[in-house]
Amino acid sequence: MELITPDFGLIFWQLIVFGILFFLLAKFAWKPIIQSLAEREQSIDEAIKLSETTRAEMAELKAGNEQLITSARAERDALIKQAKEASDAMISQAKLDAQTAANQEIEKARVAFEQEKASAVAAIRKEAASLSLDLAEKVLKSQLKDKAAQEKLVTEWMADVKLS
Amino acid sequence: MQVKTSTQKMYFSNILLGLFLSFISFNVFANEPVVAHDSAHADTAAHAATPAAHEAPSEKFDPGKLILHHIADEHDWHFFTIGHFHATLPLPCIVYTTSAGVQVFSSSNFKNEHHEEIPYNGFVLEHGKIHAENGEKVYDFSITKNVASLLLSAVLLLTIFIGIGRKYKENPHRAPKGMQSMFEPIIIFVRDEIAKNNIGEKHYRRFMPYLLTIFFFIWFNNMLGLIPGGANLTGNIAVTLVLAIIAFFVTNFNGRSTYWTHIFAMPGVPKWMLVILTPVEIVGIFMKPFSLMVRLFANITAGHIILLSLVSLIFIFENAALGLAVVPFSLFMNVIELIVAFIQAFIFTMLVSTYIGAAVEEHHH
Repeated sequence: MELITPDFGLIFWQLIVFGILFFLLAKFAWKPIIQSLAEREQSIDEAIKLSETTRAEMAELKAGNEQLITSARAERDALIKQAKEASDAMISQAKLDAQTAANQEIEKARVAFEQEKASAVAAIRKEAASLSLDLAEKVLKSQLKDKAAQEKLVTEWMADVKLS
Repeated sequence: MQVKTSTQKMYFSNILLGLFLSFISFNVFANEPVVAHDSAHADTAAHAATPAAHEAPSEKFDPGKLILHHIADEHDWHFFTIGHFHATLPLPCIVYTTSAGVQVFSSSNFKNEHHEEIPYNGFVLEHGKIHAENGEKVYDFSITKNVASLLLSAVLLLTIFIGIGRKYKENPHRAPKGMQSMFEPIIIFVRDEIAKNNIGEKHYRRFMPYLLTIFFFIWFNNMLGLIPGGANLTGNIAVTLVLAIIAFFVTNFNGRSTYWTHIFAMPGVPKWMLVILTPVEIVGIFMKPFSLMVRLFANITAGHIILLSLVSLIFIFENAALGLAVVPFSLFMNVIELIVAFIQAFIFTMLVSTYIGAAVEEHHH
């Protein structure tokens, strides 16, 4: 029974000591501990939130940069393409021009050549005609010298005429 | 021989009972009268054994007396006895009688040089209680072993936690260091798992100082009680009584309308049922702190009884070889008791916060 009979003295001391202990601990220990734990947790929370928003901003920035880069790249590509097209067009134009010019030259040359050729042929023909005339004159002159042969020839022709 | 076997039987049953108690912490209340009954038995058995002991002094080992002596309070702090050497710390006795007023003297005055109990200044020390020789009522405010241990634990708690508190004040945003990092998880555990969960986000902060104080008070004293030579403070009914009374006042002074409505006029219950329900609820108000008192007392005392019973086995059988079995087992029990020390502090704080939670709960139907 003694075990479950509370001692008056111990009740007294327990009340006093526990009361003082509670008062001192509450004022000098629990208050700063609880307060700074809450503050620390809050500051950690805030830091995490801040880092999250920063990360989101960074991602946004990066996405913006990428977009900028892609658009710049597209613009550059377009520019290059345009330039290439322009140069191609210029080259082909130049080629075409050169071709036409060359063709014209060739045509001109051909025409000139044709003319030259025609005049040369005409000149040769003329020359040949006069030459053959000269030759024929000379042949005729030489052949007409032999009278007997002429007569014989005429006779032969006459004989042929008779036949027909 | 007959006496010896009966004591053996009794202590085996005591060990079993102790084991039972230590494992069923929530159910202890129902078993409590059995403990009292049993220890009363032990007392009478010890008395029955004394005639034999008187015939052959210091021959018979009486485990009942030893155990009860260890778990009870005393006026001097006795550590050990080797032969005729008694390692004892005398403590101040403070007594008040209406005729002689307040008197303060050392408890060593009650012992003569042969370590026999003698009266001093009209007072006698009998079974750990001071009585006046003239039969007057004595108010005993002595610094007993338990009070000394209480003061010691208070100093320990103040040193540790005020030191930690100062560190928090100095660098509130710095990571904890040393002692601070040892106790911070436990403080956060009390805050988040005990207070916040049971009292609720809105009110818990008000009760944190109280809950932390009871938690660490009970835990530290449970552990101090496990040190060999330590006092069985939290296993003393006076201490748990005071803790329970404080819990009672904290709970009921914070009771809101919802709490009192639930006691006196439980909503959603037929009117005639209230005739039965209201008395039950009113008994409940007192039963809750009563169970707190008994649970802590019985668990800690049972733990001490088991450990002492195990060690006593060696002396009961007068066989040192038994130590090979008993020492590892009592080591195991000691580790269990370390866990129980924490669990009981946790349960006490937890239940107090559920009672507070019910008291401050706001109407939300």
